[in-house]
Amino acid sequence: MKATEAFQFATASYLVRIGNQAAANLLELEQGLADCSDASIFYHTFQSLGRHHFLTEGFSNDFAQWVLGSCNRPALAEQMATVDIRDYVSVVDLRNDLRKVVQEYCRGNSGTASQAAFERFFFCETVEEKVPLGREAWTLEEFRDGLKDLAHGSLQFHFITSRLRLQLRTNDFSRWLSQEMGLIDLARKVDQIDIYTTTLDSARSRILHLVEGELAR
Amino acid sequence: MTQTLVKARVNNLDDYESIIGGAEVAELRTLAARLRGRSVQMVNSTAVGGGVAEILNRMVPLMQELEIGVRWDVITGGEDFYAVTKAFHNALHGESYRLSDESFKTFLANAEQNCARLHFDCDFTMIHDPQPVALIDARPKDRGHWTWRCHIDLSQPNQKVWNFLAPFVNRFDSAIFSSPAFSRQLPIPQYLFYPSIDPLSEKNRDLDPKFIEQTLAQFDIDPRRPIVTQISRFDRLKDPVGVVRAYHIVKRYTDCQLVLAGGGASDDPEGDAVLAEVREAAGKDSDIHILDLPPSSAPEINALQRASTIIVQKSLREGFGLTVTEGLWKKKPVVASAVGGIPSQVIHKHTGMLAHSIEGTAYQVRFLLSNPAIAQRLGENGHEHVREHFLITSDVRRHLTLFLHFLRPN
Repeated sequence: MKATEAFQFATASYLVRIGNQAAANLLELEQGLADCSDASIFYHTFQSLGRHHFLTEGFSNDFAQWVLGSCNRPALAEQMATVDIRDYVSVVDLRNDLRKVVQEYCRGNSGTASQAAFERFFFCETVEEKVPLGREAWTLEEFRDGLKDLAHGSLQFHFITSRLRLQLRTNDFSRWLSQEMGLIDLARKVDQIDIYTTTLDSARSRILHLVEGELAR
Repeated sequence: MTQTLVKARVNNLDDYESIIGGAEVAELRTLAARLRGRSVQMVNSTAVGGGVAEILNRMVPLMQELEIGVRWDVITGGEDFYAVTKAFHNALHGESYRLSDESFKTFLANAEQNCARLHFDCDFTMIHDPQPVALIDARPKDRGHWTWRCHIDLSQPNQKVWNFLAPFVNRFDSAIFSSPAFSRQLPIPQYLFYPSIDPLSEKNRDLDPKFIEQTLAQFDIDPRRPIVTQISRFDRLKDPVGVVRAYHIVKRYTDCQLVLAGGGASDDPEGDAVLAEVREAAGKDSDIHILDLPPSSAPEINALQRASTIIVQKSLREGFGLTVTEGLWKKKPVVASAVGGIPSQVIHKHTGMLAHSIEGTAYQVRFLLSNPAIAQRLGENGHEHVREHFLITSDVRRHLTLFLHFLRPN
């Protein structure tokens, strides 16, 4: 079976740009969440997940990690960690929900909201350099072979950060499998892989397993 | 005049495939292909000793293999210049320092000499650390992108020294820091670049277990009892005396040994005095091994790290702490101070343990000695963290990305 349009494998390389904003307590975190750039929210959530993909327990996003490690507020950290980026198609919505969680905590815990953290939180953002890898897939076999050869940067680009780019609750792989190959069930299964509890390599293995299963049918 | 500075055994890019995978290496080549024919100049203050020289020793050959014309220049200077820059270094880390007219003149006179001696005609020029920062005076008009890469902790600098250096920094196109906490309010873009280690260097490559045994025997270290190690220059900012005190607390509970091993950097005149202080603090305890190693001791340092039960880095200030990176790469549980770039490497309870005091350091060492399964998990996570972010190949990738970014229109 041939796709109506080829899958174009690409990678993205990122520069981390250090902003001028920092938070020294939870109130300042809330303000920072309101003021920082969209690129900063993206960096500390979507990209944080990719940067720490090898930690399969207890690490979700930079905000939650800072609230736990530097502010010693496990209940708030847990709430922030459970904000699942897969539910979001816009940074604005993600920003609002994260801010709301911090805002409500600060309202109910005014005494601790202004307590100084051990370390400040620095808002950063990324500058993306996207580079096509010059490889494309027209068939499921070519897709499988390309997937096997992808580096972590490409996997992150297609499987995690693509959700925002597509403005859909899906990833590049699932979108192509569904729209260009008509493999709706396979696309859904690929999208169900839990990126919070698997490493990028194990996610790749699961996708390959699913694709092999489809090819064997 | 450009010196031939690369002294290490050179590995090919393909040699890294077994460590980071063929796909990562292929992506490096894809990125570099867009920069083929471009030229890069690296400038720092020492060819031997210290983390910057180690990084450049590895990075320069890899970039050359990627067909980027890179050269590495080292500024020259006399003892008076290095005494000033060492004082600047300590002051930028927060120590009090009174800037005299004499030191100001010495710094500028040296810059003038090096501006005249070196050539600046590359597409991308990267100046490492404060010592050569005034070379920006030699920047040709309308040519090249200049970046200042700062490897030290500028979070609480002595204001007089920083106010002297800042006007030079502000004239670069961009600045690079090892941690967001080190960045300053600057009118130029600031980027986060982690320093890196080379997994194939003599200090980090896998070793024959027999060599590790021989090294322990050479230094009279008992392989059957726990070994707690700090590898560092003998520098007050690394707090070796604090490590001895932490060891004394741990020793009350566990029969362990302490290894304090370090080499000297050619631009550090204080090493001997600090070494004497450490020897005095250690007294006659035969389980404390203070090893003043020559610069050629990379294999021995590698062996000591691999033989260690726990790696400690109890710095009071730290740029990044590549010795932490080395320990993590060797899958060792690391207990380190929450200063400088260390929290980027040691994510508390995920890839190691952070501490804020001598007592805290001792407590975390005791905890890990009593909980080897947790220690092992931390070590394994730490290894992956380094593979992902702190290897020389990642550093090369960040440089390629920066250069591509410079070339992007607007």
